[in-house]
Order: sequence, then structure tokens, then C-alpha cells
Amino acid sequence: MEKTVARSSAAPSKAMVRLYIAVTAVLAFTGFGQMPIFKRYYLADIPGLGWSANFYATHAIHYLGASLLFFLMAYHITGYFLAGRHSYSLTKSGWARVIFLAGLTVTGIFRVLKNMPDIVFSPNFTMFIDFAHLGFAMLFLFSCLGFLIFRTGWLKEVTHN
Amino acid sequence: MGKISRRSFIKGSLAAAGALSVSAAPLPASAKGIGPGELATMLDIGKCIGCGACVEACRDSNEHKFPEPDKPFPKMYPPRVKTADWSEQRDVDDRLTPYNWLFIQYADVEIDGEQTTLTVPRRCMHCTNPPCADLCPFGAARKLKNGITRIHPDICLGGAKCKMVCPWDIPERQTGVGPYLQVLPNFAGNGVMFKCDRCYDLIEQGNLPACIEACPEDVQTIGPRDEIIAAAYARAKEINGYVYGDKENGGTNTIYVSPVPFDVLNEALDKGPGMPHMAPVPDSMANADTLAKAMILAPIAGLAAGFIKFTGGGKPSNPSNKKES
Repeated sequence: MEKTVARSSAAPSKAMVRLYIAVTAVLAFTGFGQMPIFKRYYLADIPGLGWSANFYATHAIHYLGASLLFFLMAYHITGYFLAGRHSYSLTKSGWARVIFLAGLTVTGIFRVLKNMPDIVFSPNFTMFIDFAHLGFAMLFLFSCLGFLIFRTGWLKEVTHN
Repeated sequence: MGKISRRSFIKGSLAAAGALSVSAAPLPASAKGIGPGELATMLDIGKCIGCGACVEACRDSNEHKFPEPDKPFPKMYPPRVKTADWSEQRDVDDRLTPYNWLFIQYADVEIDGEQTTLTVPRRCMHCTNPPCADLCPFGAARKLKNGITRIHPDICLGGAKCKMVCPWDIPERQTGVGPYLQVLPNFAGNGVMFKCDRCYDLIEQGNLPACIEACPEDVQTIGPRDEIIAAAYARAKEINGYVYGDKENGGTNTIYVSPVPFDVLNEALDKGPGMPHMAPVPDSMANADTLAKAMILAPIAGLAAGFIKFTGGGKPSNPSNKKES
């Protein structure tokens, strides 16, 4: 018998879940803001959102969001291996999210590296990274939407017979 | 000496260039894209006579790359999106357009008490860390290992982000061409962005860019960046002049040497759409670089916080707290 688990000492606290959702939302918003669509489609005209048409601003916020996501990932991976591994395992949807997040992370790291001075990737590799990052983002967000609708959790309790 | 003249480059005789380290083997190798270094150009403004040979050569050499738009253009939504059509004004050569990637900018200045008009060839600066290539979401704008930044016309959707993040507003849009026509022409994209690609195709073959080749006054020289920078400062010292482009936007591969200070020159230049300034430019990507370095600390902090929480402060799970998700 397996149960999906909302909280435990190893599972995320409510505060951590809220922080994760907020970080994901910020990353999604500023990520899509890297395409020149917010001004075209009036989003930047909404009072208080004028900054969203500034590519340097959305880029910097995207980097800050990525840093927070890295923190959360490292924190919970550590927690999983130190405290939760024997009690809980990932659900199938949890695995899907981990894979999509890993893809986003790896391609995102390469994108950050590409933007550093003195680092030049080949044009084809750069384009692959750009489209792969966008692809993983779409997969991740659509999967999150699906898992939200079906209320599928990340973790399931492991019963020891 | 750090400059490669037009003739010496053509002949391929590095010794004939009278050069030592500069024109020793690295130049042709890097020019073919197989060398380790970036190529930069130096433009000696004092030598330019404004004849326009470079402009003409650029247009002739790159004509096959110019856009041939399909008309009428797809209707754009929302209506605030404006098309950009230069196809009926292909002869315009006094500013940057999709059909004119290099133009001569004029500045009336005073040198040693005499009024004179300086002429400045202007085109893409080919930044060492170009924000257009860094921030292009589709990899259409790309930096090549030989220091060229080019926009691939088969990938660019014409969103003009590259122009918005360029400190000099260099790229120019032509509507009605490019892959956006095959995607969502009414709702996304708006053509292709065009700018100087420093004749990447000629460089690949070991030839000079057309503007350098055509110049009767040897205004431009090309070579490995560190050597060109050294040559620019040597030339500036020689004429008691000034250097622009080595530090701007974190460094570029287009280095100008002027007999007058660049704040004076910039003040005197005709500036506006398609006519870039020559003002000081801070490094556009500096904040991103700092944040990227700080990003390394985030997972380390997360690891440490997790270790402390789950070894020191962690408590065994309480079954009564478990809930169905």
C-alpha cells in the first residue's frame, strides 16, 4: 500500500512549497519575458509591470530566481538522502518533474555559461541549448498543470513489510 | 607592429607586413575560424577621407544577403505592431538599414584651432560579450569564435530584441522575410534583423572584409584583438589621440582611434535612428556576470542548510502529520 505524502520531516514544509511555487512562477514569467512579447501584447502596459519589457531586468530576475531554485533543489535533495530516502520515494509524476527540472537546470547552466565573457559555444550548440531550455520549460509547466489538476504529489510513502 | 594592412593580408605574406608577433601565423589561422583568438579591427578616423568606397564595397559584397521580402506583408496583431520596410529605399546610404550595413558619419570639429570635418565609418561594433547574442532567445544572433557577431537570417524572427539590448541600436529590421512567415506571421515575429557580419564568409576563406579591402586610405586594419588594441594605443600615442571601443560595453572588436576626444566627437556627430552614438558605454552584461558567479553559492548554501536541518534539527516524521496529497 502506498500513500502520497504532503509533509514529513523529509518532505517539504508548507513554507518551502509556497517558496517553490513562487520561484517557479517568477522563473516562468521572466523566462517567457525573454521573448519580445510582453510589450507587443500589452502586458508591460499594465501599471506596475512596465519593468517586464526591460530585458536586462527580466534577465537579472531570472538569474536570481534560478539561484533560489538551486538552493531549494540542493536543500531538498540533501533532505531526501539524509532523512527521507527510507520512508519515501518519488511518485511517477515526481520522477517526471525531476527529469524536466534536471533538463531545465542543465540547459539553464549552459545558457548562463554562454553569457559569460570568454566563453563561446558553437552556434548550433547554442541554438540547441536555447530551444532545449524552452522545450523543458514547456514540458515542466504543462506537466505541473496536469499534476495540479489530478492532484498528484511528488512523494509516496514506502511501507516496509 | 600590431596592424595588418590590406595589401599584406591579401598577399598572405606575413613578413611583408613588416610585422613581428602580430602578423606572425595567428592571423590567417584565426581568420579562418580555427585560431584561438578573436579578430578585431582598428579604424583610424584621422585617415578617413569619407570617399564612401567602404560603403559601396559593403553593399556590393553583401548584396546576396540582402532581404527580398514577400509583399503584401501579413497583417500584424495587435495593430500596434508596425512593419519595417526598407525594400523601396535600398539606396539609402547615410544611415544603417537592412540594405546598408555600413555608413559614413560626419562630425564638424576643431583640431589645432582649425575647423575640420571628420568622417567616421560606422557599423556593428562586434562586442566581445555581445548582449544581442547573449540575450537572443532563439540563438539567431550568435558570436563566432573569431570575434564576429552575426544574425542568422534563417533563424531570426525579427522581434528586435537584439536592437533593444544593443547599446548602439545597430540591427535593423526588414519585415516580410524569414521564418516567422512559416510560423505565426500575424501574431509572432516581424521579419529579420540585419547588420554587419564583418564579411564572415570572406574571413572564412582567409580574405579581408570588403570594407577593409576597398579602402584606398588603409583606414582599417584587422588582426588578433590584443595586437589591434596595442596598435590602437600606439597610434593614439603617436597622434596624441584617443581610443574608443576597447572598454566600451566590456570590450568590442571594433577599435576607433580619433584625433579629438570622443566626447567632443560624439557631441558633433549626427545621431538618431540608424546613426549610433560614440558615448561611453558600461558593460551591459556586467550584472548578469556578477549574478552568475553568485549563482554558484546557491546550491552550496542549500546543501549546507539541508545538512544542518536534517542532521541537527531534523525530527523523525510523525505519522499523525501525514496527509493524503
